[in-house]
Amino acid sequence: MKEKGSVMEKEKETQSQEAKLIPVYIMGKRYEVPEGLTIMGAMEYAGYQLKRGCGCREGFCGACATVYRTADDYKIKTGLACQTVVEPNMYLAQIPFFPANKAVYDVDKLEPSISTFQELYPETFRCVSCNTCTKACPQDIEVMDYIQAIIRGDIAQAADLSFDCIMCGLCAARCPAEIVQYNVALLARRLYGKYLVKKSEYLEKRFKEILEHKYDKEIEELMHMDRESLKKKYYARDIEKM
Amino acid sequence: MKISYFPGCTLKTMAKNFEDSALASLSSLDIEMKEFKRWNCCGTVYSLTSDDLIHQVAPIRNLIRVKEEKDTRVVTLCSMCYNTLKRANKLVKEDSEKLDKLNNLMDREDVKYNGEVEVLHLLEILKNEVGFSQIAKKIKIPLKGLKVAPYYGCLLLRPPEVGIDDPERPTILKDFLGSVGAEAIDYPYETECCASYHTVVNVDLVVERAYDILNSAINRGAEAIVLSCPLCDFNLDNRQKEIKEKFSDFKGIPIFYFTQLLALSLGLDEKVCRFELNFVDPRPLLRSKHLIGEV
Repeated sequence: MKEKGSVMEKEKETQSQEAKLIPVYIMGKRYEVPEGLTIMGAMEYAGYQLKRGCGCREGFCGACATVYRTADDYKIKTGLACQTVVEPNMYLAQIPFFPANKAVYDVDKLEPSISTFQELYPETFRCVSCNTCTKACPQDIEVMDYIQAIIRGDIAQAADLSFDCIMCGLCAARCPAEIVQYNVALLARRLYGKYLVKKSEYLEKRFKEILEHKYDKEIEELMHMDRESLKKKYYARDIEKM
Repeated sequence: MKISYFPGCTLKTMAKNFEDSALASLSSLDIEMKEFKRWNCCGTVYSLTSDDLIHQVAPIRNLIRVKEEKDTRVVTLCSMCYNTLKRANKLVKEDSEKLDKLNNLMDREDVKYNGEVEVLHLLEILKNEVGFSQIAKKIKIPLKGLKVAPYYGCLLLRPPEVGIDDPERPTILKDFLGSVGAEAIDYPYETECCASYHTVVNVDLVVERAYDILNSAINRGAEAIVLSCPLCDFNLDNRQKEIKEKFSDFKGIPIFYFTQLLALSLGLDEKVCRFELNFVDPRPLLRSKHLIGEV
């Protein structure tokens, strides 16, 4: 995953100094905004109040998926508005919401097989391997590859490849086959988690122990530990091998 | 021998009996099938619309993946995948403008495609590189007394530029049957179309065509059919349920992938044939010929 968060801090830094102004076009209209702002910052600087199409402002929630174009390039580019820094002569617009198809299902009643996808998301099989989804993904996920994994019934691989998805919707917005990749992937991860992933033998046992208050004393100790000792303990913890 | 392998989606889902029997057989013939990474759907059917280039992206992207792994040949088993990959390859080899357009559309790929990969069907490898006479020497259980009608359908043979044999008088499946010791049955419907994708919207049409094909073979003494296409297999095997509903005289006949017969004759464990996935269970027939053990 890309490193997040630092962009916003940098942005604040830029604003505090006297920054150079650069021209950008927001929904076709020219504005001058300080250099170093993110797309989201630039829009707000220009006076737009973002109610939808913005969320955590830290690059994690996926709410601020955006499309833009840069001068002298025909390509529509994509990114997260809170993470992408403006360039001179950028053409900007903010997408408030994707009215994407979402199947309603009870995961307890599904089978972890290709027929589930054929039934709930038949459009998945319209994929022509154009790879436009992958090009649009701000998370650098191989979106087409996980759709193709589903087409050949490999749910585990689809779950793995789509793990970093933040469901921003850009793949679906660009797909000529009108697949809603992120919802299809969510189904894959749910099926994988519920039916396919190797069950942890100790989890149930440990769960029972917790309910029986076996670890209450240790928790109490942790609650009163200082930061450094907590850190030490955290890094020395046992992790179950998969 | 090691060769780059394109399985296709159906061999990973509906036709596991095709893939499992093939991989086991080839491994015993010392052919290593290297499934190349990041393959996608072949394109499912070759698009005949001349300006519909988007449907050539899928097959050509697969050939780019083969090239990425520094291979120059790729083998596939499904007749549909074979036909789609081979024809798309032919198209771009003959039309540099379309090849440029496709490469430009796939501008994120590090490798550009220039028609370097050769697309092969497994039957071609068995015939031309292993040799049917060599297979005949390696078999442990000759399928003696098993009367099998070869069924080619369309996609292995047509159009002739990509066909693996004579489109009107093919012999490759007959020769294959000879090498595994089975008796090939001649009948006039071996290159007829099974009605293909009509099976989605017009089951009746499929039922009528499949009835003609299967009955013709049965009437000439065939006890089973052998083929290489999962779609033909669906129409000739799974649709026997509907055939019986429409034609009360229809007796039913088992359908084999050629690799199932190969695995059986090579003396491999019956389990690799995955006969439980065949719609018409071929095991009673094989038991009656003493080709597999009793239950």
